[in-house]
Amino acid sequence: MIAETGHYALVLALGLALIQSIVPLLGARWRDPALMTVARSTALAQLVFVLISFAALVTLHVISDFSVANVFENSHSLKPLIYKITGVWGNHEGSMLLWVSILALFGGLVAAFGSNLPLSLRTHVLSVQAWVAAAFYLFILTTSNPFLRIPNPPVEGRDLNPVLQDIGLAIHPPMLYLGYVGFSISFSFAVAALIEGRIDAAWARWVRPWTLVAWIFLTLGIAMGSYWAYYELGWGGWWFWDPVENASLMPWLAGTALLHSALVMEKRNALKVWTILLSIVTFSLSLLGTFLVRSGVLTSVHAFATDPTRGVFILLILCVFIGGSLMLFAVRASVLKQGGLFAPISREGALVLNNLFLTTACATVLVGTLYPLALEVLTGGKISVGPPFFNLTFAPLFVPLMIAVPFGPMLAWKRGDLLGAAQRLLAAGVAALSALAVAWAFARGGSSLAPLGIALGIFVVAGAMTDLVERVGLFRMPPVVAMRRARGLPRSAWGTAFAHAGLGVALIGIVCETTWNTEYIGTMKPGDAVPVAGYQLTLEDLLQQQGPNYRELVAPFIVNVDGRRLTTLMPSKRSFTTRGGMSTTEAALLTRGASQLYISLGDSTADGGITARIYYKPLVLLIWFGPVLMAFGGLLSLSDRRLRVGAPRPAKALRGLQAAE
Amino acid sequence: MDDPDQAREESVRMTRKQRRLTMIGSALAVLGFAAGLVLYGFSSSIKFFSTPSMTAEQHIAPGQRFRLGGLVQPGSLNCGHPITFAVADGSAKLTVSYAGILPDLFREGQGVVAEGALEATGIFQADSILAKHDENYMPKDVAETLKKQGHWMGGAMPVDNAGATTCEARKVKQ
Repeated sequence: MIAETGHYALVLALGLALIQSIVPLLGARWRDPALMTVARSTALAQLVFVLISFAALVTLHVISDFSVANVFENSHSLKPLIYKITGVWGNHEGSMLLWVSILALFGGLVAAFGSNLPLSLRTHVLSVQAWVAAAFYLFILTTSNPFLRIPNPPVEGRDLNPVLQDIGLAIHPPMLYLGYVGFSISFSFAVAALIEGRIDAAWARWVRPWTLVAWIFLTLGIAMGSYWAYYELGWGGWWFWDPVENASLMPWLAGTALLHSALVMEKRNALKVWTILLSIVTFSLSLLGTFLVRSGVLTSVHAFATDPTRGVFILLILCVFIGGSLMLFAVRASVLKQGGLFAPISREGALVLNNLFLTTACATVLVGTLYPLALEVLTGGKISVGPPFFNLTFAPLFVPLMIAVPFGPMLAWKRGDLLGAAQRLLAAGVAALSALAVAWAFARGGSSLAPLGIALGIFVVAGAMTDLVERVGLFRMPPVVAMRRARGLPRSAWGTAFAHAGLGVALIGIVCETTWNTEYIGTMKPGDAVPVAGYQLTLEDLLQQQGPNYRELVAPFIVNVDGRRLTTLMPSKRSFTTRGGMSTTEAALLTRGASQLYISLGDSTADGGITARIYYKPLVLLIWFGPVLMAFGGLLSLSDRRLRVGAPRPAKALRGLQAAE
Repeated sequence: MDDPDQAREESVRMTRKQRRLTMIGSALAVLGFAAGLVLYGFSSSIKFFSTPSMTAEQHIAPGQRFRLGGLVQPGSLNCGHPITFAVADGSAKLTVSYAGILPDLFREGQGVVAEGALEATGIFQADSILAKHDENYMPKDVAETLKKQGHWMGGAMPVDNAGATTCEARKVKQ
């Protein structure tokens, strides 16, 4: 019954989405407010039914109802409860259901909190949102139904892929999807603006917080995914330039650009057409990411070669939405009036530069990700575009961007003073140069570019702090006044500083980890000791243990530093009885400040030893602390009064608020 | 303040055409730079994929890096230091030597992709072995090549020494 209820609720949601995609538009055309407000009720009802459907699938997984194919294939009655729940989205069907649930959630939020939007804009936005939703409901119902029953229910399930049995699965996909799908709102707003042929400051004021919300989740989602890969996959890498990772990085780059161009539009009424285009591109890249990951075109031969229906269906959705919106853009963009003049050297100019570099970097990632596919389709030739390509193209584009980052907030709107900004950044420059000198003096080994990378990171962090110091008037004013000014400073200014500093922090982490990482790989027997980066590691024993649905080999390592015993690390290798003896490596981590000691186990050897990989990764945590700072900056910016108030205000009040910046 | 303001307005208006030119110019410069990087990246860092039989046909020079794909020949795994095993694609095989730790999913009869270069002795010296975290995974290139050559068996090769297809299993057996 539960499965049928879930299935039926999903069908009802599709019906509601179809109504929502047609009726309100007709209402807008006929100027009938009654028909237009239908969108609001259907969006909320849609949310309710999708949630019922999602709750049904969760329940089926929790009670281990193996008469449902999805549960049979991905669950096991012995699996811990948390993994029964997270296993819901650890597979194709369930993750698509999560996708549409989040889409419905965003639609519902616009419906619930959009009462201060102009009726016509809200109507159009919700209708466009419903087009996307209807397409994906149809996709799930026809090709990926999670509620399919099995005629002769087996007594036990096949269990979830062991690599996915981790707390990372509970957090990473929902975060990532909140980001991906969140950009659907800015997409819907953009398409609505194109349909209406009208766009104003209220539009930007609405789009920016939604974009910011999506961006915060996407930032955290990517960082979380990276950390998960780092500790779970067992070889200590945190970014592989894998197509699946690129699929999430591209919307992030485009979304970051969108965030900044929407700022120009909101404040200065300029870059309208560009902002619209970026909104479309960002969500298109999210759809592309969904296609790349979900159609299986990249990772596995099975999905695309043996069952092309899913891939072709998503490809169709992709073509219709990207093609359709870009076509609409081509036809209607000229209707939108351009406004807001500015000199090349100005805050706007800096933000344009930011957009230029971000979108170009995004384009190179796109080329590198899709070129092998295109080549194979066209010529049948097979190539692999690996990390060297991305490092080579991405880094040279990000370096100038990062040099420019501290300058941006220092420049005035409309027309800025580059020399003045440079003078104010003198302290940051000095800090960067001292970091360079220190890094050069103390660095042993590694690329000679690494100290420059550190210096750039320090420059970005110090530049972000300089901006705050300047605005608050610290060192210039009495501390009391500075404190008062700090409190009065708009939260978005704090947000900018945190987000920019996060970028620098992440860079420092990346440079340190890649350059000064110490690695030991070798066979050890109980009693053996190795020194790694000043730590003495002794393998104490090798123990067999039994877990709920696996057996594991645990290797306790005693960690000593300067003859003092710090702790015992317990890396293990798990062998899952349910999946044909598939094994996973559980790395053990010791965090010291922002650095980590990392042990993972390899194969046991014939003479009773075990291969161990031991890494010392200096400042590695900064890689993820940076994005967390960025997301925190985003959150601060989101809580800014200007965005919290949200509703279009009389021009006078607005100017008063803007002047603070 | 009125005078500089005036001048500012003036200068903004004056540079309208220049402003557009500056923006288009810098956009083209960045795009051109990126295009150059992409082309250079493609020419210098793309790795070609090859199977043992393709490697034999094309006479790939020792030292040139490429990705070797195929199935791990059952019975060929030698868990010494370095680890050696043979990669086969039905018509040819190539011995691979690897000094690191094999991925969890590595086993005889399964698909594998190794990255590295040929040595003068004809042994493929791998510096990384790729395996994805999915037990159904067969490197796409391998599967397609095998299908083309008619050796596709819908997953893995049949293995006779049942179970002991990894160094781990080998050890347990002993």
